[in-house]
Amino acid sequence: MSNSFQTEHENICMNANHGRNDDSACGFHCIKINDISVIAGGQTIIDKVNLHIHCGKVTAIIGRNGAGKTTLIRAILGEIKHSGTIEFMDLKNESRIDLKIGYVPQYINIEKNSPMSVYDLFAGYISNYPVFLRKNRKVYEKVVKQLSIFDARDLIDKRVCDLSGGELQRVLLSIAVTPVPNLLLLDEPVSGVDQKGLDLFYKNIQYLKEHYDLAMIVVSHDFEFVKKYSDHVILLDKTILREGSFEDVSRSEEFRKVFGGIA
Amino acid sequence: MDAIYDIMEKILPFSWVEYNFMKNALLAIIIITPLFGMLGTMVINNRMAFFSDSLGHSALTGIGVGTLLGIRDTNLSMVMYAVVFALMLNYINRRRTMSTDTVISVFASLSMAAGLMILSRGGNFSRYSSLLVGDILSISSPEIGLLLIIFIVSLAYWSLCFNKLHCVGVNVTLAKSKNIRTNLVEDTFSILIAVIVMLSIKWIGILIVNALLILPAAAARNISSNMREYHLFSVLISVFSGIAGLVLSYYLGSATGPTVVIIASILFFITFVIGTSRGK
Repeated sequence: MSNSFQTEHENICMNANHGRNDDSACGFHCIKINDISVIAGGQTIIDKVNLHIHCGKVTAIIGRNGAGKTTLIRAILGEIKHSGTIEFMDLKNESRIDLKIGYVPQYINIEKNSPMSVYDLFAGYISNYPVFLRKNRKVYEKVVKQLSIFDARDLIDKRVCDLSGGELQRVLLSIAVTPVPNLLLLDEPVSGVDQKGLDLFYKNIQYLKEHYDLAMIVVSHDFEFVKKYSDHVILLDKTILREGSFEDVSRSEEFRKVFGGIA
Repeated sequence: MDAIYDIMEKILPFSWVEYNFMKNALLAIIIITPLFGMLGTMVINNRMAFFSDSLGHSALTGIGVGTLLGIRDTNLSMVMYAVVFALMLNYINRRRTMSTDTVISVFASLSMAAGLMILSRGGNFSRYSSLLVGDILSISSPEIGLLLIIFIVSLAYWSLCFNKLHCVGVNVTLAKSKNIRTNLVEDTFSILIAVIVMLSIKWIGILIVNALLILPAAAARNISSNMREYHLFSVLISVFSGIAGLVLSYYLGSATGPTVVIIASILFFITFVIGTSRGK
């Protein structure tokens, strides 16, 4: 890592740290995604994507359908084969740390009439105590606590298949941040969410930004969200066509080519 | 074994308890049905109904391949073949070049045709036709012992791996992000299903084994709202259908397997009506 990058970075951190509590982003963590490429069936789906992501920042990925946004997310998660590296650095002492990634999926496979409560869903991820036995009080309390962060406490005994899009989104968000990851990936988190749910979701993202030490990558079609909440925007089509602030990207030639002059 | 027989004769005031084959069958049902009820819950949740069905159909092929290789023990050759078959299906399925249904159909058809071809050579296929409906009355005490071992292993697996299996069923990527080894979980579950289905086929029958795996859990879904109720009802329905089916088949003189399935199906429709009228 070059020195200039680091100094510049530390300056940002100093400013960012001002007046924040201990839980919030320290600014000293940096995730470097180097030269990620994905080739499947002889076709290049992602071509040499480089990203630098800092804790406390929201990076939005935009692009047309089929531009490889979900593939990039799955490559970062390590679910599909890819070349390139992902490094997670602590800039304070330049050490490398294991990156913990949280993920909020686009959808989950739960059919109508599925006998699964929010507690069942949640407990499966955070405990080894079999969900089919009596409820475990300790686990139950933990789930209540985590759901409360995102105004989802009352949902705990509801069936997952009865939740609205927004409610499910909040449950998945609480699952993704239990335990708190270093990087949170959200794949089109607002598809099928109504306006009230959207507002609440944005509020929660803002809350995460302010109170947690994590970086976020959000795949989104919702330019209003991208404009308001993201710190960095990436226009993706196999590779990065353009990146920068939303204003920069949305005024660019590349943006007009992809989206034909909306927004 | 005699001690168990004595107890059964004392507590069960029915004429059929006199027969050892009925006592054995009852013991076998008491061991197999809770297992089927339990495993069925996840077979449905993780959408593996078609998978377990084609697994059952591959039993004939297992026997066929076994005879070709000169393996005497048909249980052994069936289990081995089914495990290989299950792992291969998982492997191909993960490459995501085709939809799951298509992959399973192709392999199930091929496998079944191969089995029928091998076994029908020389025109003595009828020897194997008893496998189609099974015969629980022919089960012997050592075989009950084997089922009991499987029962214990499955219980241990279930308490250790259930949560992970549950997570994999919800969303594979999400499960991976939580450091769950999804392939390992899927493969071990497939192997477990393969072993249990194969070892039960002689008693329950190829045509019926999947119904027993699916029906109790499907009925339980109609009336449960969480995992605890789901498991409880599924196991209860499974055990009840098993015992009631055995007793009824004794009095009606019908094959046991189909009788059990009929009872489980009736329970499915009853729970369906209860579930809908509750407005869930």
